[in-house]
Amino acid sequence: MKRFAALFAALDRTTRTTVKTAALASYFRSAPDRDKLWTIALLSGRRPRRTVTTTALREWAAERAGIPLWLFEECYPVVGDLAETIALVLPPASRTSDEPLGHWIDEIRALAALDEPARKARILDAWDRLDATERFLFNKLITGGFRLGVSQKLMTRALSQATGVAEPELAHRLMGDWTPDSVTFDGLVLTRDPAADLSRPYPFYLAYQLDDEPAALGDPADWRAYWKWDGIRGQLILRGGEHFVWSRGEELMTDRFPELAAARDFIPPGTVLDGEILAWRDAAPLPFNALQKRIGRKSVPKKLLAEAPVRLMAYDLLEWRGEDLRDRPFDDRRARLDALVAGLPPEAPIMASPPVAFQDWTALAAERARARDLGAEGLMLKRGASPYLAGRKKGDWWKWKVDPLTIDAVMIYAQAGHGRRATLYTDFTFAVWDGPALVPFTKAYSGLTDAEFRQITQWVRKNTLDRFGPVRQVRPEHVFEIAFEGIQQSPRHKSGVALRFPRMARWRHDKPASEANTLADLKDMLAQYG
Amino acid sequence: MVLSVTDQGIYCAAGDFHIDPWRPVDRALITHGHADHARPGHRAYLATHAAAPVIRHRLGDVRIETIGYGEPRRIGDATVSFHPAGHVPGSAQIRVEVAGQVWVASGDYKTAPDGLSEPFEPVPCHGFITECTFGLPVFSWAPQAQVMADIDAWWAANAAEGRASVLGAYALGKAQRILANVDAAIGPILTHGAIEATNAVLRAQGLALPDTIQVTPETDPRDHPGALVLATPSALGTPWMRRFGPASTAFASGWMQLRGVRRRRAADRGFVLSDHADWDGLNTAIRATGAETVLVTHGYTAPFRRWLAEQGYDAHVLSTEYEGESLDTPDPTEEAAA
Ligand SMILES: [Zn+2]
Ligand SMILES: [Zn+2]
Repeated sequence: MKRFAALFAALDRTTRTTVKTAALASYFRSAPDRDKLWTIALLSGRRPRRTVTTTALREWAAERAGIPLWLFEECYPVVGDLAETIALVLPPASRTSDEPLGHWIDEIRALAALDEPARKARILDAWDRLDATERFLFNKLITGGFRLGVSQKLMTRALSQATGVAEPELAHRLMGDWTPDSVTFDGLVLTRDPAADLSRPYPFYLAYQLDDEPAALGDPADWRAYWKWDGIRGQLILRGGEHFVWSRGEELMTDRFPELAAARDFIPPGTVLDGEILAWRDAAPLPFNALQKRIGRKSVPKKLLAEAPVRLMAYDLLEWRGEDLRDRPFDDRRARLDALVAGLPPEAPIMASPPVAFQDWTALAAERARARDLGAEGLMLKRGASPYLAGRKKGDWWKWKVDPLTIDAVMIYAQAGHGRRATLYTDFTFAVWDGPALVPFTKAYSGLTDAEFRQITQWVRKNTLDRFGPVRQVRPEHVFEIAFEGIQQSPRHKSGVALRFPRMARWRHDKPASEANTLADLKDMLAQYG
Repeated sequence: MVLSVTDQGIYCAAGDFHIDPWRPVDRALITHGHADHARPGHRAYLATHAAAPVIRHRLGDVRIETIGYGEPRRIGDATVSFHPAGHVPGSAQIRVEVAGQVWVASGDYKTAPDGLSEPFEPVPCHGFITECTFGLPVFSWAPQAQVMADIDAWWAANAAEGRASVLGAYALGKAQRILANVDAAIGPILTHGAIEATNAVLRAQGLALPDTIQVTPETDPRDHPGALVLATPSALGTPWMRRFGPASTAFASGWMQLRGVRRRRAADRGFVLSDHADWDGLNTAIRATGAETVLVTHGYTAPFRRWLAEQGYDAHVLSTEYEGESLDTPDPTEEAAA
């Protein structure tokens, strides 16, 4: 683990991407193959199955540290990370270990077959052989949630530097549902395996949010506009008589959406579609929470299939008759997509996202204003000449979301954040007036600057009325403008509504609490947009 | 009770004086010169010989009487004496004896020697007022020599790559502790104005510090290649730093023990270095006093009190307005001097 710990320390102590890439590339040149595979796996969100409960880890760590469990629990919110809390409270190790990363992962996986006392003995033994950083990493491997501040793109670049394989090729090879047990480093990274290629998706091209006016994009004639739908971005792959559905998060979701299997009846093999999976009925999308019910389940009961049937709203055609089309202009790909979809019968689960015609930017802005009524989030703007790139790139694709809904609310509860925000109050509960009472209706975590979070943290410390565990009830004094993308009825919430993507848009220093919005205002919004 | 808390601060009724009061009083006994302990506006101050010059420097023309460590003084019906707290040069714990009852107000303290401050001395007492800035078992400091070796290695590596090393540290105590313990042979040492002002005060009272060069608007970093630049925490990330170009930045604080805080500071490195006691230091110090009653102030007071109570102490929380090792509020006196 020493080499991996050194890599982690090098990555953790710099914010400069060039330094991170160099550290990672040098690791990929020198580490054993199995460690390299596991490192790639961990950096792309794959991790060993959990074999110990966090409850057990907490108890064993407190016992080993000679402190009562309640004191351990006091430390956890301060540190903001369980693996780190454990690493910090334990006494120094009495031995050292030269075993590589792969060994410790095997050790963790072997725990599954053991009974509780044997697991405990193995964990205590490991803690006593690992130094502070190694111990933190060991705990992270067990608890998950590994974040090394290394994007997939940065990892791919480092791996490319170390192996000489081109970045786009590597990005493609690393996709799919491989595990470090199912492949070798040679097989995954260095050589091309045609069988694995069958299910492999293309790296998604992601758009940036357009913050300026679209006039800055230049001549409207160079641009195409489409509705941006609020579903799950995915790729439908038809190859060799099979089909595969991938989410943007690189999760294979074929079995969750059995409706899409019917695509095989209408579309020839050697086709890859990029689009949005939507719950869809009667020519309109269902609210996102209908789709949400489908996401959580690996197999779908009949009732749910009938309630929330899904379709693929196709945006782009990436592969046709086995040929990779990504280098061709968008207009070209889109023309083929339209031809393909035009030939489909109505029962096929595939549609093409309809284009939005416009002559100038003003006309398009007027179209965008209609988005919420159509159940869309806004518009996608794509340059007609653009290739399909990999990852989030500025320039050719933009999402131009409709302006959010907003409401002014009073902050009533505050809670400290996690991880890098552990010493700041960042998680707030907001309320609106219902007569003389404040009714909580949403939480929000983001939207303020670091300086504002520091300022509100100081204020929270001095204006706490009551404490409930980590939550502080504060003086109802500050008003924030809460922005959100949608509003739905929710019997689970006291206020009767649930918001989609709430965040703090602005701290309204100019407004006293008495001028915040009311529950009646919120109900009006529900009636209009819910 | 020998000591209690009023709206003004920690108070001794028998001697009619306050210790580190946060509102103006007639007679103030001051443990050390940090802004949350030595405040302006009192009629009369009493501090150690070694702490007084900094207090004068920060508060201007105030009436300060000084006293040596261990020297008893009668005030009303109380006998007081000052004892080294090991926190910063001149810092003291204040012992107060009234009718055979002994109480000690420790101010801020750390138990490990730092090569600059007068080393901490345990003072036997019945009641002990302790800070607990780092009063949780996740805080445990590595030996100072190891931290200084890490700082030297970071500085030397930057110097070899032709980059300046900008290190954020508090103007009183931390900055001089670093100065006194790094390997000054690695390169020149530049200082922020607020730090240099404190250096001058401490040098004048006989503390040995390596040579430093104050950064002024005319300073050209190219004249000082491979420099270590000591900055106040509030100067990190401001235009003041821009003159050093693509420098490597670091911050020295006990809070750097936590990865989340380290990452939030967005400095390249975080060195775990505190002028406060760690968890073991607090527990050892409290045990060494033999006190039965322990009052805990600034820091993780609620859990630390409960822990002490479970260890058999008569433990209580004392609400004060001291701030501990703050990360987010810049010291106003540093701002003014900058
Ligand atoms: Zn202090
Ligand atoms: Zn203090």
